[in-house]
Amino acid sequence: MSSVPLRRPIVQGPETVLRDEARTTGMVWLRELIRFERTRTRILSGLIQPILFLIVLGYGMAGLVGSTGGFDFKKFMFPGIMAMSVVTTAIFSGMSIVWDREFGFLREMLVAPTSRASLALGKTAGGATVAAVQGTIMLVLAPLIGVHLTAVLVAEIIGLELLMAVALTAFGVFVATHIERMEGFQVVMQMLLFPMIFLSGALFPLNALPGWLSVLTRINPLTYAVAPLRQVVFAAQHMPPAARKRFPSSVEVFGHTLSIGSEIAIVVVFAAIFIALAIRGFSRTE
Amino acid sequence: MLAPERDPFVQSDRPRQPVVAVRDLVRRFGDFTAVDGISFDVLEGEVFAFLGPNGAGKSTTINMLCTLAHPTAGRVSVAGFDVVERPKAVRRNIGLVFQDQTLDDRLTAQENLRFHAVLYRVPSEQVDARDARVLELVDLSDRRYDLVSEFSGGMARRLEIARALMHVPRVLFLDEPTIGLDPQTRALMWEDVLRLREEAGVTVFLTTHYMDEAEYADRIAIIDHGRIVALDTPEALKAAIGADTVDLGTKDDQVAIAALKRAGYTVEPVSGGARVFVDNGENAVAALIETVGVPVVNVHVHQPTLDDVFLHYTGREIRESHAEAIPARVRAWHARRGR
Repeated sequence: MSSVPLRRPIVQGPETVLRDEARTTGMVWLRELIRFERTRTRILSGLIQPILFLIVLGYGMAGLVGSTGGFDFKKFMFPGIMAMSVVTTAIFSGMSIVWDREFGFLREMLVAPTSRASLALGKTAGGATVAAVQGTIMLVLAPLIGVHLTAVLVAEIIGLELLMAVALTAFGVFVATHIERMEGFQVVMQMLLFPMIFLSGALFPLNALPGWLSVLTRINPLTYAVAPLRQVVFAAQHMPPAARKRFPSSVEVFGHTLSIGSEIAIVVVFAAIFIALAIRGFSRTE
Repeated sequence: MLAPERDPFVQSDRPRQPVVAVRDLVRRFGDFTAVDGISFDVLEGEVFAFLGPNGAGKSTTINMLCTLAHPTAGRVSVAGFDVVERPKAVRRNIGLVFQDQTLDDRLTAQENLRFHAVLYRVPSEQVDARDARVLELVDLSDRRYDLVSEFSGGMARRLEIARALMHVPRVLFLDEPTIGLDPQTRALMWEDVLRLREEAGVTVFLTTHYMDEAEYADRIAIIDHGRIVALDTPEALKAAIGADTVDLGTKDDQVAIAALKRAGYTVEPVSGGARVFVDNGENAVAALIETVGVPVVNVHVHQPTLDDVFLHYTGREIRESHAEAIPARVRAWHARRGR
């Protein structure tokens, strides 16, 4: 029998509270990573959909659209497909709370004497990390598509993926806290996720759309997450000016072309709003 | 009310303090009163059972004690903290095992424990020792690195108990802990619970609707329609209703029961006849048969069980509500052992 004292009281000082909350966030984050690593099929199925889009749409449209100065539709789509992979995984991860509820583990977290904000942040950080990893795995396809990668570009991509993943995972957490049952999950995926992806510029340029569609794309937060990813990828490619004109990577709002900095700022604001909503939603969950 | 004397292991060097104190606790849902003004104390180191049929108010009560539901009226103190004013302090000092499993089955046993340790602020340097200790207590040390998805229902339940002990709670709350487990696994789980009490000195509060399970408790509160109808040690509860019980099957049970009541006997209708509580069953049989005034088909004399206690206080057999949960042959086996 071990000699561990069994009834030693656990002393709680106010100075340890922050450290303990950070520990909680870290643990929830770690759990997401462990679960991701253990569900290989999910990693695989998370790859198949974007690859399908890339092959079917990319090659299909490439024949129709043709290429300009060696730059074709597949290369245009590639950053968008990466974003799509990140977004899908991020929302899915955030919404895995619905599963946690179904299988009981959510209750273990909710009854703990810990701040709900720490749990929501951990879930968001974990889901975002997983989504960024999933998106980064897509880079193995870059040589096939003919997209040139540099170390700096990869770092930029990972950074942008993380930012968009945080925003979308928090959004997923927020939505999940308002869903009681599994059926709601499918509805949200169909009614929110797919329209958001299709209207984000991930799959086609946004510059020649009819007015109403143009408005929809401009109020879609994803638009501002996809554009910077495409901009950094394009910046590292050899593209003649004609190709840049044919395959635009920037977003115009009220006739202004947004800088990459303002796009990132918009995503940061959305991320902050979604994190606040996620924390609030999680705090009210019973 | 005095605590039972039969446990020499626990806190014998100082007076036992109530670790749970409940006063006039009420919980209403609209017009329905689920818990109707109950009061009781649970003493340090005690195994305390809340016994009652489904819907009697057991789960509602345990939820209020665990800060998961708000009392409509009354006060509850757990480990010295008021459940309404200091819910987090209460939760840090209690371990919870729910009816439904709350493990992450994609994690290993140890990972589940460590997750819990962080949520409940177990100091990092103590975590290794704690998880080794609690796994030892529930005899799962060799399954530490196995995924919970590979565990049987009984093992998962014992792991949940181990997890609830990670943060050294003062009270362990078990809500219907053996529901859905087979009899052998239930016996094994009870060994664990009693070992915890002896080795770790933890106070255990549990709800159950299994009579045989309540026998393990130091004290039992019988709850029916939201009220505590009896509270004492199993022995005292059984002794209070008479030394023996006699079951009589007759040609006309209603007439027989009426006749027995007129004659001053304590009698309850049961399926298949009348149950009479007497001081000496074998000597009383002749007089009983004479009293009933209708032909007697069969007679069975036995010592009172908690079923009889429950019947006595509520006028109903709890068996009716859980007959499906315990196979008849298991009960027959218990009966043969002379319970």
